Amino acid sequence: MSRHDRRNPAAFLAASDREPAFNGPLPDALLAACPGCDLLQRLPEPSPGASEYCARCDTELRRGREDSLDRTLALTFAAAILYVVANSVPMLGLTIAGLKASTTIAGGAKHLWDGGRETVAALVLLTAVIAPAIQIGFMLTIAMGARRERPQRWVGALMRFWPMARTWSMLEVLLLGVLVALTKIADYATVVPGMALFLLAALVFILPAIQVSFDAQDVWNRIEWVNPGSGDNSDGSVGAQA
Amino acid sequence: MSSTVLTAMDAGLQRCETCGLLSRPVAGEEEGRCPRCDEELVFRKHDSIQRTWAYLIAAAICYIPANTLPVLTTTTATGADSDTILQGVILLWSPTGWPLSLIVLFASIMIPSAKIITLAYLLITIQTRSPRNTRQRLRLYRTVEFVGRWSMVDVFVDTFTAALIQFQPLMSIEPGPGLFFFAAVVVLTMMAVESFDARLIWDAANLTEVSYA
Repeated sequence: MSRHDRRNPAAFLAASDREPAFNGPLPDALLAACPGCDLLQRLPEPSPGASEYCARCDTELRRGREDSLDRTLALTFAAAILYVVANSVPMLGLTIAGLKASTTIAGGAKHLWDGGRETVAALVLLTAVIAPAIQIGFMLTIAMGARRERPQRWVGALMRFWPMARTWSMLEVLLLGVLVALTKIADYATVVPGMALFLLAALVFILPAIQVSFDAQDVWNRIEWVNPGSGDNSDGSVGAQA
Repeated sequence: MSSTVLTAMDAGLQRCETCGLLSRPVAGEEEGRCPRCDEELVFRKHDSIQRTWAYLIAAAICYIPANTLPVLTTTTATGADSDTILQGVILLWSPTGWPLSLIVLFASIMIPSAKIITLAYLLITIQTRSPRNTRQRLRLYRTVEFVGRWSMVDVFVDTFTAALIQFQPLMSIEPGPGLFFFAAVVVLTMMAVESFDARLIWDAANLTEVSYA
């Protein structure tokens, strides 16, 4: 039983006495393993704008990006503004026989919660409000922190959790869902699309653009290592790793 | 494919899932921590096959009430009416609304079931150590990973329909018990995808196709 096995309480408790040892880095910084098939291969020297793919399974190993941090910061800043406004104004409204109703994004979750569907409400809140907030907020901080020549360790800590926020942030799915709901409701009432709906439509294009423009590998190559003793080149010339 | 295929695991090296750094465990240790980003390193995800099966079976069980219990209950002055997901699809079908109806049909019924079947196929081919179609199977996994989130769409449709249509006693719509199970299917299949280790597809192929000198 591995000491990393968190599902075994005994092993986990035993592990808390002793932290697992740090691995040692390789002398050849261009040696890389494919995340899709684990094939060991040697990458060519990095050249601007060039991408590398796994020789066996075609998974992208390294993507060339230009002007990554500036573009990422600009896009994320725009996303942050859109996100804040989109969450504070109504998304969808309707009028029926003189009666009016409208809801914000969080208002949908609140209605579920009040109706006794707490679990689903929590999931809606997570995927439509909390995860996107983390996705945008973390990236804003990362893009600013990574501008130093040697980004500090906390940048890496944020980058560890960013992919998870990305996985559970589902604004594009939310937008489609709202459009379907809108069509459904149009049978009974006059639908009034709110401001948030249009902001959301813009956000849905900006969020993938952030992901495409952000060069995580470049930041990892420059970052301060957690275990500085292990061959961390403090001049920042650590080679590319895919 | 050449006969000199060597994986990082064969070479005793570990690739960090977070930062991509390739590193070597210190002598006498099997697994360690990434010196660059502190992530705990493993050669392959622990108990990947068992955990993926567990999530998958749980999802398959929840899939039944998700489709048989109502997700929306419409109350009007004349009485109450409950709709399952499939009934919702049929209701949405109209000369102008049929594209949306198809979207919901795909996202809510076909994607979750295709996801469960595909992951089961991937697990079985790994367990029988099949050396065939490795590239296609990896592509299948990537597709499932990418498409899976879209099945959340029905949860959002029902959430916002119910939040808006509140005109008691004229008409009101409330979410039904099926919605919980449906959301559970989405979350469980996403966790199954997360616990699956795609590199296992190639490990089985390596064993049968490649002989090391």
